[in-house]
Amino acid sequence: MSEQFISEVVADEAPRHRNLFQQLWSDRMGRVGIIMTIVVLVAAIVGPVIWAFDSSAVGADASSILQGPSSAHWLGTDELGRDVFSQFLEGSRVSLLVGVMATLISTIIGAGIGISSGYFTGRLDTTLMAVTDFFLVVPALPLMIAMGAIFGQSLTIIIAIIGLLSWPRTARIIRSQTLTLRERKFVPRARSLGATNWRIIRTHIIPHVLPLMVANTILVVAGAILSEATLAFIGLGDPNRISWGSMLHFAFSSGAVGRGAWWYFMPPGIGILIIVLAFTLVGHAFDRINNPRLRDAA
Amino acid sequence: MDSNQPTLEVTNLVVEYSAKSRSGRGVEVARAVDGVNLSIASGETLAIVGESGSGKSSIANAIMRLIDVADGSISLEGQNLLDLNGAQLRTARRNFQMIFQDPFESLDPRRTVLDTVIESIAIAGIASSHEDQKALALQALENVGLIPAERVGERYTYQLSGGQRQRVAIAAAMVLKPRLLVADEPVSMLDVSLRAGILRLMQQMSEQLGVATLFITHDLSLAWMYADRIAVVYLGRVVEEASAAELITSPQHPYTKALVSVIPVPEVSTHDKRIVLTGEIPNPTDIPAGCRFRPRCPKFRELGEPDVCATLDPKLKSTDNHYVACHFAGQ
Repeated sequence: MSEQFISEVVADEAPRHRNLFQQLWSDRMGRVGIIMTIVVLVAAIVGPVIWAFDSSAVGADASSILQGPSSAHWLGTDELGRDVFSQFLEGSRVSLLVGVMATLISTIIGAGIGISSGYFTGRLDTTLMAVTDFFLVVPALPLMIAMGAIFGQSLTIIIAIIGLLSWPRTARIIRSQTLTLRERKFVPRARSLGATNWRIIRTHIIPHVLPLMVANTILVVAGAILSEATLAFIGLGDPNRISWGSMLHFAFSSGAVGRGAWWYFMPPGIGILIIVLAFTLVGHAFDRINNPRLRDAA
Repeated sequence: MDSNQPTLEVTNLVVEYSAKSRSGRGVEVARAVDGVNLSIASGETLAIVGESGSGKSSIANAIMRLIDVADGSISLEGQNLLDLNGAQLRTARRNFQMIFQDPFESLDPRRTVLDTVIESIAIAGIASSHEDQKALALQALENVGLIPAERVGERYTYQLSGGQRQRVAIAAAMVLKPRLLVADEPVSMLDVSLRAGILRLMQQMSEQLGVATLFITHDLSLAWMYADRIAVVYLGRVVEEASAAELITSPQHPYTKALVSVIPVPEVSTHDKRIVLTGEIPNPTDIPAGCRFRPRCPKFRELGEPDVCATLDPKLKSTDNHYVACHFAGQ
C-alpha cells in the first residue's frame, strides 16, 4: 500500500464567504429595507435630541391650535397647539422600543419552547404544542385589549403583553426546524461521544436554528410595532409616553381627522407604514437567503 | 483483568421496534435483532455482514447505546453497558466510539475540522486547557493523514471530500484511545478508489492501539480483506461465524454459500456455480417459523423440503471455532 492511500493532502482553496450584510445588500428588497431601517433608527435616536418635544408648550390661544405646516412648526400643531414634528420624532422611539423589547421576549419564549419541544419530542412536545396551539388560535388583539385594560397602561406592561402573546409562530417554526435537525446524523454522533442534551442543543441545534430565528425575529418586530400602535390607537397606550399610535388616538379623539388636519394624522400613519415595511422587507430578504429555493419563486 | 476476557462480549442481544400496525389497531413489534452473541478480542476486527434489513446497523446502534435494547447484555471489558445510568454512560462512552456511514451527515457542517476533533476531546475531558486540546487535535489529524493539520483544521467540514471527512471522523474517535471501535458501513458512501485507504487506516490504528473493531458491512469481499473474523447475519441472527479465510473458503450455511458464490474475485471462484437467491428478506414483524432462512433456502428445496427446517429453529453450533446455524450444515 503506497503512502498516498494513507494520507491525504488537503488542497489549499478556502472559498470566500460573503457576510450576511453583503448578502442582504445584494437583495434588492433587502437593500430598500436596510436603508429604511437606518433612516428610522437615525430619526429615532438623533431626532428628539435636535428637535426636543416640549409637552408643556401648549398654544396660548385658539389661533395656534391645529395649525398647518409653517416655518415655526414644520408639521403644524396639534389640538393643544403643540409641535407635531417633534412629537412625531419622539413617537418613533416608543414604537421601536416596544417592537424590539416585545420581540426579545417573544423570541426567547418561542425559541425555548420550539427547541425543547422539537428536541425532546414525546410527551413534553405534546404538552408544549398544545399550549402553543392554544395561544396560536386565541385572537391576539382582543386578548391584548383585555389584558391591557386589566393590567394597566405602562410601557413595560404593554411590552410584556405583546411579547407574551406573539411567540407561538416562532415556537412552531423553530420546533419544525429542530425536528429535522435532531435526525441529522451529527446529533447521534455527538451523543455517542458522550455529549449532554444541553451541549448538543448549544453546539449543534442552536447554531443551525439561529438564521431562521433571526429572520423570524425581524418579522415579529414589525408585528409588535403594529400591535403597539393598535393598542395605543384605541387608548390603551402609556399615557405618559408619546407613540405614533397615541398620536393617531389623539388626532382621532380630538376631531383633527374630521377637520382634515392631515399634518397631524398622516405623519404617524406613514411612520408606522415605513417602519413595518422596513422590517418586513429585511425579514423576507433574510428568509430568501436562508432558503434559496424561495428566490426563484419571488 | 483476565487476559482471556474479550474486549466486547455481547450475549443474547435483542432489539425490537414497535410501530402501529397497518390495520391501525394495536402495535406490531419488529424484532430487528433476535438473540445475537458476539465477542471481539483486543486488536481483533470482527465484520458483521448482511443485506439491508438484516439488523446489522441495529446491532451497531444497540452496542453504541443509541437505541433501546429489549434484552441481553453488552459487556465492554467486563462492564455491562446496559447497567449504566445516564451520567455513568456518558463517562463510559469515550471507551467505545463509532464511525458513521455517511460522513456528509455525521459531521456538523457549521463547525470546523479542528472544532469537530476538539469537541470529542472536550466531552471526554482528556485535556482541559484549550492549548492542550488543540495540540491533541492537530496531532490526531496528522495521525489520520490529514496534512497540513493546521490548514485542514481551519476548514469547515462541508468543504472536505467524503474521504477527508471520514478521516476527520476517525481522528475524532481515535484521539480518545477507545477500547472498541464500531464502524457502521464506514466506506459505503465513498468512492471505490478511496475505500482501501480509509479501511487500511482504521486497521492500522486499531492494531497500534489494540482496539477491538466491529466492522459492519454489506460487502463480503471487504469483510474478507479487512476483518479477522466474519459473522454473517440474516434477519436479526448470526447464521454463520468463522475466521475470514475459513468462512470464504469453506462456507457451511446455504446463505453464506450464496453470498460467497457471487464474490467477483478469482481466488474464491472455486465454486464455479453462482447461487442467486430469490425473493427478499422477510419482514422482521413476521419471522418465519422454524429456520428463518427456509423460504429462500436453495438447500431446503434441494433436500425435498424436510420437516425439521419448518419446525425447528436451528441453533448456532460450533466445530473448531466455525459456528453455523443450519440443520444440514456441511452436507
